Amino acid sequence: MSDYNEAYMVANPLAPCTVVEINPDNCTGCRLCIEVCRTDVLVPHPEARNVPIVLFPDECWFCGDCVAYCPEPDTIEMHVPIVEKVGWKDKESGERYRLGMKNPPPPYTTPPVGWKNIREK
Amino acid sequence: MSIYEAPLNENTPPWPYSVDYDKVNEVTTDVLIVGGGTAGCHAAISARKKGAKVLVIDKANVLTSGCGGSGVDHWHNACTNPASGITPEDQVEEFQSCRKGIATSEYGSRASHYITARESWDALLDVEEWGIAIRDENDDFVDADFRDEDSRLMFAYDYDSRTVVRVQGAYIKKAMHDEMRRLDVQIQNRVMITSLLTEGGKIGGRVIGATGFHIRTGEFYIFKAKSTIVCTGPATRLWVFSTELVGANSIHDDPNDVGDGNAICYNAGAEFGQMEAGGRTVGGFRYFGYGTGNAHNTWFACTIVDSNGKEVPWVDRDGKEIKNVADRYRTAPGQKMFYHGPPPHPYETQGPTLTHDLAERIESGEFVLPFYADLPGMPELERKAIFGLMVGNEGKTRHGVYEPYTKGGYDPNKHMMQANVLPPEEAGVHKPWWNGQGPPQWRETAFGGGGGLVYDWDCRSTLEGLYTAGNQMLGGGNHSQSAATGRYAGRKAADYALGVDQVEVDQTQLSEERERVYAPVKRTAGIGWKEFQAGLCRVMQDYCSTYKAEETLKIGLEWLQSIKESEGQQVSARNPHELARIMEAFSRLTVGQMIMEASRARKASSKACDFERVDYPEVDPPEWDKYVIIKREENGINISDKPCDYWLQEPYASTYAENYKAHNGLDEKTRRLEMEAAE
Repeated sequence: MSDYNEAYMVANPLAPCTVVEINPDNCTGCRLCIEVCRTDVLVPHPEARNVPIVLFPDECWFCGDCVAYCPEPDTIEMHVPIVEKVGWKDKESGERYRLGMKNPPPPYTTPPVGWKNIREK
Repeated sequence: MSIYEAPLNENTPPWPYSVDYDKVNEVTTDVLIVGGGTAGCHAAISARKKGAKVLVIDKANVLTSGCGGSGVDHWHNACTNPASGITPEDQVEEFQSCRKGIATSEYGSRASHYITARESWDALLDVEEWGIAIRDENDDFVDADFRDEDSRLMFAYDYDSRTVVRVQGAYIKKAMHDEMRRLDVQIQNRVMITSLLTEGGKIGGRVIGATGFHIRTGEFYIFKAKSTIVCTGPATRLWVFSTELVGANSIHDDPNDVGDGNAICYNAGAEFGQMEAGGRTVGGFRYFGYGTGNAHNTWFACTIVDSNGKEVPWVDRDGKEIKNVADRYRTAPGQKMFYHGPPPHPYETQGPTLTHDLAERIESGEFVLPFYADLPGMPELERKAIFGLMVGNEGKTRHGVYEPYTKGGYDPNKHMMQANVLPPEEAGVHKPWWNGQGPPQWRETAFGGGGGLVYDWDCRSTLEGLYTAGNQMLGGGNHSQSAATGRYAGRKAADYALGVDQVEVDQTQLSEERERVYAPVKRTAGIGWKEFQAGLCRVMQDYCSTYKAEETLKIGLEWLQSIKESEGQQVSARNPHELARIMEAFSRLTVGQMIMEASRARKASSKACDFERVDYPEVDPPEWDKYVIIKREENGINISDKPCDYWLQEPYASTYAENYKAHNGLDEKTRRLEMEAAE
């Protein structure tokens, strides 16, 4: 771990959150996410076949197309910023939950109707 | 770069794409399509099927671009489907009546509504052919009230009239894209069109192509075409701009919709109608669409309960309580069809809603906040249709709502989604809340709320060679309208293109445009695109708010012109991406001018246009029941008007059916095939 006294002059973050995060271990550098992004949030890394750079996070539409088209499962995650996080309540128990809470209920794993894999290698 | 930025930017990596602002690419085609969204893709495919060479230009990637680029879950106006008894004539009346009197709407767009009513179902069959599921293929919904036994079609909202089809269209753009590739439609992605070329370079002349630049490489493009179809969207974020709030980009419209189409067509001299119309907005303070507890649109007609589990009653158009869920989806006795959108509607098309006195009953303490959308309390197949089918396939909601929410533990079978809490007086009878209203100086023209290109029964603008479809049309709007008019305009533009010769472009027009477009990259220091964009928004807020008046509109126009001449000549771009954002701000500036000019010209207030003139407070006086028309001419701006049913007046026939028959451009073979498909 680096020395925690090391600090840098960096500009303030522009966007409401780190809009998308790419897992560098899974990313093959195929750049499909760059190609499907409608606002060029992502740009190629200067070194070929490397993890794309999130250059314009402030222009993200949160459409999730980069997630949809990524050929490697669980490689790109779209983050919902706190400002957009919603709450819900269990009808039976009345217990309240919120998106992003600590110890959330288990994931609901039923896919949407008509789900199919469009991930092309 | 300022002296403050310089030290930080010393190690800035170079732009990842090779840049060549001096390179000129020239491409020739028969039919040029500007904007490869839903309308543009349908137009491209239908023009190509006519035998024309087709080229689609998109600022993003046609594979995912446009408002429908991240999916669609329901398809409107498909009244000619085999399970519906509604005629196109009925449909156009419903379209018309439900539009009147709604905030953020327009007088309508009758010819396009009729074309949509005639071809929405055909366009949906096209989409099915391209691989999108439009039926209950796996028999998941066998006993559902909304399912037709024979066709296995599933309907939304009004289960009696059956004109809105639930579709599994999360990846509809991919299907269109594959079909375009199969048909050898040419596609040029990541090019922003900044001007239309006209014969002799004259304003008002025949449109003979367009120019643009690549937003990654900066290269210049000249597109020579026999006909051009503009299929772009309205100007979003014209009044409110903040990229630090997610909502700035959480709007329903694609963020690439900035009014480029309006600007290029207006500059070329085409007529526009109803540019003064618009509506209030909350700008960047929205929640994700369909991401909160509500009973609207995709979530119609979900049970809403208060904090104690007490149900908010649903009522029919007479205010009579509806006792069971199934009847929320039914027309009233004697009613042909209802429109599910937010009231008020005319009585004829008013559908079931939450109780009309919700605000009073919250204030009296009868209902305790917050409200919840009680999906677990809905019948199983309705719940599955709302969340699994519709939220699971609607634009932006599969990956924006369905996936993150379900991964985060939301279970529609057990959990009630909370509605955001807003003032009781803003409680809507469909929602109970959506986004709230926003201050009066925040407005928008998006989602079918603004004006557009004047068009005729050929979907042609007032300029020769220039056609339009979808949201770019006067009164354009939803997915099915974009698909149907795209399909129609594609045929017409191809027919025209196949009968004319290519015209040489005017070199002066080209060189002036190149000089204009690249000016910001030639400046080493200057104003950034965000300041420029936000400045335009301020002018719109101050001088073109909900409350408009002659003097303030006049000052607003002076300010826009002044900013264009002063700060507009100081903006600088450090890469092609910034150049695109600057040129988009120039598009918006032009749209702002159009809106202010049209607003000055309408000397009356109008409920249908959500338009208030402080100095002309009378609402919709009969003499103003008409479109305000503006166009640019060599010596200034020309203002005129058109009757609201100009498509049924001279030189056209007096009925929709006759005009459609005379103009639709379907050849005999296609017509016969479509008849067979309909049977």
